[in-house]
Amino acid sequence: MTVVAPAPQGPAVVSTETTAGPRPRPERERRGLRVLRPASAAGLGLVTLWLSLVVLIPLAAVVVTGAQGGWSAFADAVTTPVALSALALSAGLALAVAVVNGVVGTTIAWVLVRDPFRGSRLLDHVIDVPFALPTIVTGVVMIALYGPASPVGVDLVGTRVGLFVTLLFVTLPFTVRTVQPVLEALDRDAEQAAASLGASGPTVFRRVVLPVIVPAIASGASLAFARALGEYGSLVLISSNIPKQTQVASALIYGKLEDATNPVTSTQQAASLAIVLLAVSVLVLVAVELLHRRGARRHG
Amino acid sequence: MSIQVRGLTKRFGSFVALDDVDLTVRSGTLTALLGPSGGGKTTLLRVVAGLEQADAGTVVIDDRDATRVPARRRDVGFVFQHYAPFGHLSVARNVAFGLEIRKRPKAEIAARVDELLHLVHLEAFADRLPSELSGGQRQRMALARALAVEPKVLLLDEPFGALDATVRKELRQWLRRLHDEVHVTTVFVTHDQAEALEVADEIVVVNGGRVEQVGTPDEIYDRPANEFVMRFLGPTTALGGGLVRPHDVEVLGSAEPGAVEAEVGSLRRVGFEARLVAHVPGSGDVDVLGSRSDPALRDLRPGDRVWLRAVGPVVDPSPPVPDAEGSEAAAPGEPVGVAASSRAPVRGGVPA
Repeated sequence: MTVVAPAPQGPAVVSTETTAGPRPRPERERRGLRVLRPASAAGLGLVTLWLSLVVLIPLAAVVVTGAQGGWSAFADAVTTPVALSALALSAGLALAVAVVNGVVGTTIAWVLVRDPFRGSRLLDHVIDVPFALPTIVTGVVMIALYGPASPVGVDLVGTRVGLFVTLLFVTLPFTVRTVQPVLEALDRDAEQAAASLGASGPTVFRRVVLPVIVPAIASGASLAFARALGEYGSLVLISSNIPKQTQVASALIYGKLEDATNPVTSTQQAASLAIVLLAVSVLVLVAVELLHRRGARRHG
Repeated sequence: MSIQVRGLTKRFGSFVALDDVDLTVRSGTLTALLGPSGGGKTTLLRVVAGLEQADAGTVVIDDRDATRVPARRRDVGFVFQHYAPFGHLSVARNVAFGLEIRKRPKAEIAARVDELLHLVHLEAFADRLPSELSGGQRQRMALARALAVEPKVLLLDEPFGALDATVRKELRQWLRRLHDEVHVTTVFVTHDQAEALEVADEIVVVNGGRVEQVGTPDEIYDRPANEFVMRFLGPTTALGGGLVRPHDVEVLGSAEPGAVEAEVGSLRRVGFEARLVAHVPGSGDVDVLGSRSDPALRDLRPGDRVWLRAVGPVVDPSPPVPDAEGSEAAAPGEPVGVAASSRAPVRGGVPA
């Protein structure tokens, strides 16, 4: 096959089409310039008030409480060996759980969407059970299966493995539920186009499917991370709360609040630890939002 | 690079999409698969591309049996109706995709992508994302992407179906010119007879999972094999027991051999056209389409007596002939195309 310069008549096509120029700016960017109508102003006011009462003021209260003793008190509270161990354990477990469920959740979503089998509708509903279950019930379920009276002979009480398994259970639905709709909406033609261009199955997945679903995977994994970072109820039974071993940050915070010997100091310490968890959660959410913006720019 | 299809059958549940289809596409031609929706033409194209597996039959591409070859090894360029862009990649990276898969050197890829973007007039859009292009531009990008790997055959599934009328007309003329430049064996699916007649070297009329007729646009138009082909190519009217096109009916002022007597019902002028409805006793109404300056039509009044005669192809309105190959079989009124060619040797020595 030879490729030669376009025929002289060629530009006829270009004239009507390529002069269209860039598309108008998205709605969102123009909206900022608009003067608010009274109804919109009232709505905005209500939303701000509600967010302030329910979210922003409590968060600010935690920060204020944590900062009461100044920077040194904050630093002291979060750098004790017990605190460092608990924070590291919580963050490490959350990260591991986010990664594992990012992969497993994506796989489950893929199977549900692409290879439905007999009973996959049932599985689709079962996925949500860990999400709907009260956390203390999850704790009881875990003790029943992996406790001293384990029917399978595995006692995970007081071990980090026990914490990990419990968190895997609790955070399973997140990635499945964020990836599933994206996979369902995916343009199958693009995959076939890639195949006809010579791409093998794994290559099609890596180069055509994965780039499109990565933001959804990140979303799900970050939600799983945030949930695992602060998880308390389902862990309280299986962890045995051994400092520097199986004590997670949320349990340490609870312990500080319960400490009656020096209520003012321990409340400040609890708030300091809470600020660290809060900061890590916010960082993760911001990172995912940035990833989403990149994705939105591509697909907008 | 030719395509040979033999005995292709494909069912979706109880629906027969392809029913024992035979087809040969000659190397270097631009062929249209023309037919109504659900007639099997897209399925045929997808089976040739390897995107669909036939239940029976063989596909031979460039003299190699490709029946069991997966799509990615068939060297077939495929263009989808809805463009199927890789939304996360720039226009240039979309075009480069097949070459990157083949691990060609970077410099070679860049040069080839430039060449192709120039060919499809998208040089200025190399760094845009597909979402920033118009429909016509996306389709040209998809075409460049398919051509990049120098496929043996190029298959286009309703390539202009999702575009508005003006862009569609421009693009089909552009496709014709492009094919004249690159000469790759090309098959495109369309349900638009004007598109097929205007662009294709050869037309394959597909209906109900079967090939109704194969021929050049002139052959298909002048010698439709059966009623289906005749009706699919435009309006028809019944005259003397056969189907003719309204503009192929000659209006005569007196009885002549082969002419049918009729009474003028109405005569309307629409722009430069004159539309006559004439009533044939014991048969029904016949539509006649002529030019408003045609002296035979100009002075007619309702109730006038006229004689009507077919001057174009006449097709028997019987069920389609099972053997679509025998296109000459269904021509009781002796179509002009056939008449002209058979007349030539007879009158060869007679000066006009």
